[in-house]
Amino acid sequence: MPVIKDAVCSLCGSLCDDITVTVEDNKITKIENACILGQSKFVGMFKHDRIETPMIRKDGELVPVPYEEAIEAAAKILVNSRRTLSYGWCSTSCEAVSGAIQLAEETGSVIDSTANVCHGPTALAAQEKGAPSATLGEIKNRADVIIFWGCNPVHAHPRHMVRYSSFSKGLFTEKGRKGRKMIVVDVRKTDTAKLADSYIEIEQGSDLLLVTALRSIVNGHEDVIPETIAGVPKAEVLELAETLKNAKFVCIFFGMGVTQSRSKYKNGDAMSSLISDLNQHTKAVMIGMRGHYNVTGFGQVATWETGFPMAIDFSKGYPYYNPGETGANDLLVRGEPDAAIIAAADPGAHFPQKAIRHLAKIPVIQIDPYANPTTEIADVVIPSAIVGIEAEGTAYRMDAISLRMKKLIESKFKTDEEIVKDLTAKVRELKRGA
Amino acid sequence: MKIKANLISGRTADQGAHLEAKTHKGYFDACAYCELNSADLERLGASEGDSLKVTTEFGEVVVFAKANEGNPEGLAFIPMGPWANAVLSPDTHGCGMPGFKGVPAEIEVTDEKPLEMKALMRKYLED
Repeated sequence: MPVIKDAVCSLCGSLCDDITVTVEDNKITKIENACILGQSKFVGMFKHDRIETPMIRKDGELVPVPYEEAIEAAAKILVNSRRTLSYGWCSTSCEAVSGAIQLAEETGSVIDSTANVCHGPTALAAQEKGAPSATLGEIKNRADVIIFWGCNPVHAHPRHMVRYSSFSKGLFTEKGRKGRKMIVVDVRKTDTAKLADSYIEIEQGSDLLLVTALRSIVNGHEDVIPETIAGVPKAEVLELAETLKNAKFVCIFFGMGVTQSRSKYKNGDAMSSLISDLNQHTKAVMIGMRGHYNVTGFGQVATWETGFPMAIDFSKGYPYYNPGETGANDLLVRGEPDAAIIAAADPGAHFPQKAIRHLAKIPVIQIDPYANPTTEIADVVIPSAIVGIEAEGTAYRMDAISLRMKKLIESKFKTDEEIVKDLTAKVRELKRGA
Repeated sequence: MKIKANLISGRTADQGAHLEAKTHKGYFDACAYCELNSADLERLGASEGDSLKVTTEFGEVVVFAKANEGNPEGLAFIPMGPWANAVLSPDTHGCGMPGFKGVPAEIEVTDEKPLEMKALMRKYLED
């Protein structure tokens, strides 16, 4: 009975690499160390609704077809399209991402990642102001003040606090939670906020105000702060600024509360400036709480291959990038794409109605292990192996540390990497024929 | 009775545990609800499990009512997923990101039942 130690969990951006997996008859029968999300991922693959065979929509219904037929149909869609959107590629390996970028270049497509509905604004902020960061190992060993701003790790990254942040014990943080101050800034008292030493409830959408007020105080201008800012009394803001300045090592972990609320990327931009200001007094860093396990990896691979982290338009023959114009949702809301290829992501569930309405009108190719809302509007469906369980590959943790995911069991399904290679070869063949 | 609320969406552990099981009823249970605090539910005359219709300028959706005392009054939360996205803002304000938080909404009790995932998605094909 093989027991595989130190498997990497391919669910969220924490990429926990200490999972113990027991395999019997090519089935995972026991998981140790995983959280509720990881448990569901590893054990769920035997229970969830796997796409068992390639399918093509005929007369409104998805009908099983041989793999080669699905690849040919998908390649034809790509070749006949004048404006293809390639979207997702974040719950898969860096190797598949690299292939997807090559396919996007070959077909003159726009390729965008799930950061479009997640930390896209963070990438913009990082380009504008930089992102002073550290590894999660550094945070674990050194941070004595930890802020969770607009994020809820108890639900979205359940082992984060134990492995890397508030509760973890490290070289210079041997007291663990007792030696650290944990602060939560949010618009509602979440389960994470309930664990904090202090919870600062701000008015929804006013993050930029609070960050700017903190910057003013840190820079010696507390006189400009009104009695209440962002719904928070001045005394509380002053206390927070004091805690940050007097810390040995601050880390601000931030989430969708910051990137999706009013001011969007300007919130991250201001946060980066605050970190820079704090570094005049102490050591301070920031890390985005990344959702998909390899959304960070997409940004890395895309940046080293094209110069840009997401929303890359190849239609001009060279990489062009302008997220408010070439982002997946902007394109769809404008009704621009005439075809879409979607892999390792689910815009059907996670895009606003206006974007889905356009997706429902155009040919959609889906590559995914599981049936989901996108399947309901897809025209060609190609099942794939689950990376990190049925296929190995590289992924990047939220702090941009790369980890190698193991293959744990055998699979009848092709990997995303192989599917993309087959598609690219077929596209080239069809183009030569034309 | 209708109330005005500020609508946000976000992750929950149950929603996350069903990320790869979205055809299952567990996903519907994990995502097709709207959380308000008890005072707001009382103003609506709603109890947990009643159907609520949430309307914004972008659409309407029927979800179940759920109480959460962590929410301040006037703040409504629907877990991320197709039900939330039926009413959230597609406007990206020029930076790529749609408006998933801070959308003005009207909420009322309804006799209608929330649509299951496939039925909800079929509406997009019929539109």
